[in-house]
This record gives sequence, C-alpha cells and structure tokens, in this order.
Amino acid sequence: MKVIVAPLLLVVLLLALPHSASWFHAWMPTLSHPLYTRTSFLMLTLSHLWLVVLATLVAVAVGLTLGVLATRPNGRSLLPTVRAVAVIGQTFPPVAVLAIAVPLLGFGAAPTLLALTLYGVLPVLGQTVAGLDSVAPAALHAADGMGYGRWRRLWDVELPLAAGPIMAGVRLSAIVGVGTATIGSAVGATTLGSPIVEGLVGNNTAYVVQGALLVGALALSIDGVLGLVERRVRRLR
Amino acid sequence: MTPRALPVVLLACIGFVAALAFPFLYVTPNRLLSGEPHSPHVVALALTCVLLAAAGVTSVRGSRVAVALLAWALIAGLPLLASIDARTLLLAAAPSARVPLGAGFWLMWLSASLLLLDRLRAIRMAGRVVAWIALLVAIVVMGSAGAFDTLALVREFHAQRGPFMDALLTHLTLAATTLVLALVIGAPLGWWAWRTRRTDGAVVGMLAFLQTVPSLALFALLIGPFAWLARAWPALGALGFGGTGAAPAVFALVLYALLPVVRYTIAGLGAVPADAREAARGLGMTRLQLLSRVQLPLGWPVLLAGLRIVAVQTIGLAAVATLIGAGGLGRFVFLGIGQGANDMVMLGTLAIIALALAVDLLFQAMLAFTERRP
Repeated sequence: MKVIVAPLLLVVLLLALPHSASWFHAWMPTLSHPLYTRTSFLMLTLSHLWLVVLATLVAVAVGLTLGVLATRPNGRSLLPTVRAVAVIGQTFPPVAVLAIAVPLLGFGAAPTLLALTLYGVLPVLGQTVAGLDSVAPAALHAADGMGYGRWRRLWDVELPLAAGPIMAGVRLSAIVGVGTATIGSAVGATTLGSPIVEGLVGNNTAYVVQGALLVGALALSIDGVLGLVERRVRRLR
Repeated sequence: MTPRALPVVLLACIGFVAALAFPFLYVTPNRLLSGEPHSPHVVALALTCVLLAAAGVTSVRGSRVAVALLAWALIAGLPLLASIDARTLLLAAAPSARVPLGAGFWLMWLSASLLLLDRLRAIRMAGRVVAWIALLVAIVVMGSAGAFDTLALVREFHAQRGPFMDALLTHLTLAATTLVLALVIGAPLGWWAWRTRRTDGAVVGMLAFLQTVPSLALFALLIGPFAWLARAWPALGALGFGGTGAAPAVFALVLYALLPVVRYTIAGLGAVPADAREAARGLGMTRLQLLSRVQLPLGWPVLLAGLRIVAVQTIGLAAVATLIGAGGLGRFVFLGIGQGANDMVMLGTLAIIALALAVDLLFQAMLAFTERRP
C-alpha cells in the first residue's frame, strides 16, 4: 500500500499545479510570474522520465552483459579490471560525468543521456558481479550434475538466484539517474530541473518549489515501484 | 591466447581504437571557441597499442613486466607528448590560441591506467605503492618544471589560480564540516537506534526517504526556510546565515550523509560479537566503558568504511551546492558550462574527481592501517 502514495502524490501534483497560480501568487505576491509555464509540467515529467528510462535500459543491457562476461570462466581474468572500473567509476561524482559529456556532445539532452547511461552502468555492473559471485557453488554443481549446459545454467540458475542484488543495482542506477537528469537541465536538457534552475537563476522561488516538488515525487515513485519489484524478485527465488 | 592476456588485449584494443578514431588534441582560436582536431601520432600510438597487445599475448619471460613498464611509460609520457605537440601547434597560431586534450588522449590515458592497475595486481603491496608514487612524482616534477604549460588545462589553471585555490578550500571546508557534523549527529543516532532496536524504524526510514530526493531539489527547497530563519533571527543573518550560501548547503549535505553514518554505525555495533559484549558486562563495565573499550574498537572499521562512502558522496554532492551559492569547485563546472569555456569545466571536473579519488584512497589507507592493528 505504501508504494501507491508517491505515484498518487505525483498525479495529484501534475493535476493541481497547472491551476495553482493563484495559490503561489498569494504565497509570494512579489513575483510577476508565479507559475512556470514555459513547458507544461506533464511534458517536463515525461521527458525527465523518458531520459531516465532510456538510460537505465541501456545501462542494464550493458552492465548485465559485462557482468555476465566477467564472471564466465573465459572472462574471469577481466574481473579485477571490471571491479576496479565499477569501484573507481562510482567515486566520480555524477556532476563530473555530466560535465565531461558536455564538451563531447554539446548542449541539450544528448550529454545528459550519455552521463546517465555511463554512470548508470556502474551500479548494475557492480551488483551483477556481486550477485553472480554470491551464488552458492552447491547450486552450480547441482545444475552441472543435472546436465545443464553453460547458458542454461546461467539463465535458469545463476541469474534467478542473483536477481535480487541485480534489481538493487537497477534501482540505484535509476535513482541516481533521476537526480542527474535534474542537474542535466543546467546543460540544456528539458527536465523537471528546468524550473529549479530557471528559478535559481531568476530568483523565482515559486518555480523552484514547483520543480522540486514534482522531481521529489517522481524520484520517490520510481524508488517505490522498483523497490516493490526488487522485493518480489527476492521473494520468488 | 591464455585467458590471463584478456585484460591486456581488451585495453590495448580500446587504446588502438582511441588512437585511430578519436582526436588526440584540438587547436582552438581562444578559450571559448571550439577548434580543429589534431592527431599527430596516429600511427605511432596505434602501433604502441598493438605492441602492448602482442606483449600481453606472448608468454615469454618478462613480457608481463614489459607490459607494466609500457603502461607506466604511457601514463607519464602521453601528457608530455601532448604538451610537446601543443608547443609546435601554438608556434603557428595566434597568442590567444589554446590546445585542449581530445577524447583520444583521455581514452588512451585511462586504458593505460587500468592496464597498469591490472598488471600491478600480481605484485606485492609495497611494489604497487612505489610504482604509483613514482608515477605521481614523475608527473608532478614534470608539471612543476613547466612541461605541461602549453596545454589548455594548465593555462586555465594558471589564469585562474587564485579563484581555483579559494574554490578548492571552500569545497574541502564544506565536505569536512559535513563529515564532522554527520558523525557527531549520526553516530549517537545510530547507537540509539541499535540499542532500542529501531534499526528500521521511522528515523532510518525518514533518512532513506531523504536520500531518494534529488540533490538539486533538496538544495533548492531549503532556500525558503533558511531565508525565513535568517529574517526571523537577524543575529543568524549577521553570521552569514541565509537562504543561499554555505548554511543550507551544509544542512542538505548532512541530511544526505546521515543515512550512511547511521546505517554503518548500526552495522559496526552489530559486528561486535554478543560474547564480547557479555564478557565485558560480566567484568562489570558500565555501558559507557563498554562503548569506548569494546564496541568502538571492534566496530570502528565498519564505521570507517561508512565514512569513506560518506566522504566521497559529499565531495560529489558539494559540487551541486554551488547552484545555491555555496561556492566550491562546482562553481568552475557550472560557470564554465554557462560561458561555454570547456577548459574551465574540465579544470573543475578533474579537480572534483581527483579530490574524490584522493579522499577515497586516504580512507582506504586508514582502513588498511586499522585492520592491520591487532
């Protein structure tokens, strides 16, 4: 039941905020534009969500593939390097990754998407390696004894047993993505960070509050939903 | 090909592609305009990568050492090579011209670093430390002798030395203040949660909830309440307390830091075996003695591991705090993005990354030191 609260809040905010100009005017009478109207809140939310979903999907595909390859017998020698990349990479602040993407791709959604994807790979990769490593050897031997091939063992035994940690990585990657996409509006991406950044630059607290409320509700919704999926996956095994 | 050679071959391939496909350097007319790509050593660098891969595949005695040496030489040599190229390129250009490093350079440099990391794993700790320190010394010596002065990044640093040092100091102050406050508040909170068995109660739940809120949103939302506080108590305002600036930034950073501190405090207290606790109680220790003589020494490494995460996270988040006027290295990043000055962005970004890595290493060293002690 708790899971439904944040998405409900998001929907209520999306429905109510476009009609809230008079409230914000009453709260901050000095502002000439008390409501952010450059882009509709729904569009901002959708484009924010789209960036996060796309980046997370790519990150999961890349992270999962790399993690699986690095834990196969032929790829084992890559494991220390893969781990080092995941550990060192996660000390890089998301802002730094975003800033590096700008000179490469210019302004707009492209550098944000690249930063989100690059940064999102690391938790998925780290958790995939950790999850696959923690599968009990007995389960692997049992699968081998039953005549499972290498790929069938991966698909039917290892990945289901490692699904909990992997989902935790996906969740972390998506949450960091929501935060980074917010900052992405400082480099020209249209996200829920746009009202915040414009409000900060133009000294318009109403814009800041509107953006922050929506992005907070969005982050909590995504976290709640992915947390639910994670718990389901952990219970299924 | 033995599987052991795989990392070398893979990283050499990345270097090879980087040498061929991405520009090594750019020449820009000034610090704001974008410029022409230049890759003067495509063949030589690509051949070096082929040589690396070949040395990795062959199992002749000493080929392992050769790979490590070559990687070491690449990490130290690539910046030198780039700055020598920059010198010749600048001779033919206007005085305002700049030579920033390209994606090809960075990819090759990163591949070489990962390669060295991988090859050094086989040798003893002392050897590893010596190799990395020698590398650092080599680069610092070359840098202070002015060997890299022709590169755009170093020029930007010289042009902005004063503001850069201020920003670095501000960043460190923000992070250190946050860390101390988070420890002072979070450790007792964790102890309380552990003792009253509220490890997944409302307090921890609230902190986890805050952790999910994007940093920019939390920073921005604090402006209102803090501005109100400063208006309500002018004495606070006189101390530099206000809607923007360091106060709301540190407040938000502490909120983010509290969850890991509380969680790791609980984990650290949980790591002390019940036997040890009971033995101490049996000896007649008070709760405070138990905490300071048994639980703290035994649980300290776990708490330190948590502080490492907090420190690295705080340095990254402090970069965002500049958007609410707290200063720090993030100022270079966002100001540079606003002006389109890529060198400035890179200077700020690399400084933040270097700071995060340095703090991470510092905590790792502290951790290794505590764990070795009996």
